[in-house]
Amino acid sequence: MTATPTAAAPFTTVIGLEVHVQLQTRTKLFCGCSTTFGAPPNTHVCPTCLGLPGSLPVMNRTAFELAVRAALALGCKIAPFTKWDRKNYFYPDLPKGYQISQFDLPFSSEGALEVVDPKGALSRNVRITRVHLEEDAGKSMHDEGAGTGDTRIDLNRAGTPLCEIVTEPDLRSPQEARAWLNELKLLLVYLGVSDCNMQEGSLRVDANVNLHIPCDGGRIAKTPIVEIKNMNSFRSVERALVYEVARQYEEWQATKAEMGKTPKQTRGWDDPAGVTRAQRHKEESSDYRYFPEPDLVPVTVSEEWLAATREAMGDPPSVLREKLAAKWKIPPYDADVLVNQGRELVAYFEDLAERVGEGKVASNWMQQDVLRTLNERGGSIDAFPVRPAALAELIGRVAKGDFDTSRAREIFAEVLASGRTVDDVVASMGIAAVDDDELITLCRELLAANPRVVADVKGGKEQAAAGLIGQAKKKNPNVNPGKVRAMCLDLIRQM
Amino acid sequence: MSLSRNDVAKVGLLARLALSDADLDTMTRELSSIVGFVGQLEKIDTADVAPLAHPLDTQNVFRADVPKPSLTTAEALQSAPRHDGECFLVPAVLGDTGAA
Repeated sequence: MTATPTAAAPFTTVIGLEVHVQLQTRTKLFCGCSTTFGAPPNTHVCPTCLGLPGSLPVMNRTAFELAVRAALALGCKIAPFTKWDRKNYFYPDLPKGYQISQFDLPFSSEGALEVVDPKGALSRNVRITRVHLEEDAGKSMHDEGAGTGDTRIDLNRAGTPLCEIVTEPDLRSPQEARAWLNELKLLLVYLGVSDCNMQEGSLRVDANVNLHIPCDGGRIAKTPIVEIKNMNSFRSVERALVYEVARQYEEWQATKAEMGKTPKQTRGWDDPAGVTRAQRHKEESSDYRYFPEPDLVPVTVSEEWLAATREAMGDPPSVLREKLAAKWKIPPYDADVLVNQGRELVAYFEDLAERVGEGKVASNWMQQDVLRTLNERGGSIDAFPVRPAALAELIGRVAKGDFDTSRAREIFAEVLASGRTVDDVVASMGIAAVDDDELITLCRELLAANPRVVADVKGGKEQAAAGLIGQAKKKNPNVNPGKVRAMCLDLIRQM
Repeated sequence: MSLSRNDVAKVGLLARLALSDADLDTMTRELSSIVGFVGQLEKIDTADVAPLAHPLDTQNVFRADVPKPSLTTAEALQSAPRHDGECFLVPAVLGDTGAA
């Protein structure tokens, strides 16, 4: 896609994202307090994360390694030497009065993550400016209803390890931003870096957006950059950006205000109202008065360490899609759907495909039956009652002609509902393979009882045979409709 | 190098200190003297000196990701000027956090 304005939008939308993800560690970044979500307030706190005098931070090795894994997966360069800095600001949920973050020497920079639409409509390489490691703040709760004027502070979250991922302003539409975030989330979940649960605050997104508007004489006017906060889902990110793009274009038409002439603005997304609202002006970064953190020593990353991390990483989703499509000879669309459901579902599919011996057949059952049922019932694939072995048996018996696909779907539904084995269900539903002798007898009876159909078929209307299938199923629900049809046509030809 | 009164007023604001005019005069003089003292370093030629990120010649200090007991809520709150038994209580703060 090119970045030129179109008739539909007389400007180019320019979006950059700043994503914070909580790393999947058991303990906080600098102390041994648990990171488990949902504990009663101020039960996962200690002198270090409360910022009490005399306490000292010690870095969590797993947090650092997960952050490196994320950066490697995003194609970033890993700095051989990295250090931490204090970012100073006052807020009650930041007990030390500074956040330990990384300023001038982040551990990684200059990566990229491509977002690809399997249908080929959308594809963009989004450059990553930097990835760094920092600690989270606590939680402030403003009880406006009580009218007490107090703010309650819970510091359970203070000191939780966060990976901050900053992109270049490479995204060109709200839809693209959402698609890219989906891909980022998938990647981080695949690699075990983060659970990316937005409801629990494990993934947070801020978006920077402005418009490039061509003016007379070929000059490009750039609207002031706005940073949008408070978006609680990827859907909110898309909605907020759609709103903000329209608002900026309207404002530009009214004021002609350009970037640089007004300070950068922060706006909060009000989801129920569907609007962004102005917040305080963003402080200049120098106002944070960064300086090197004296309580933490630097980290140097050796080539051996990096190689071991790469080794342990596993395939990212983009590679897995290609591998699945090639190995099982399934269309890219199928591979995309399977991979997007997560690692566990891919394992289920591969187990099934291995047993069935035909990737496309296994994939069809995954897409049409397994995924639909999962969507309806909820829950994870690991807890799905029909295991690959049972499903493979069912598919195998369809291939053998024991019953047709629609009968197999009934059995599948019954196995799901009852939790019994395929064999059990087949027996209790009175489903038994119909042998050829039985089939011939049945078809002869049908033809004898339906002279009209016989006459029609002989007259060249083969489709008339379809009327026999319903009757055959009534006499014996286990017959295979395809076989009944073929057999009846054969018999009529011999008449 | 010296600091202007405006520089000091800005630092005072960032530190949430209410500085009177007299305070500003004193602080401007005293902070300028500190900055001037440190400013002597500018006279040294550091072209061949590698930047120092930390005074200790130690690197890669880590701990294992193993939980340790936390404080009880009562212990955590015991020195707080105000609390409700669960949370620290502070005066309502308007606006949003400075960073994340």
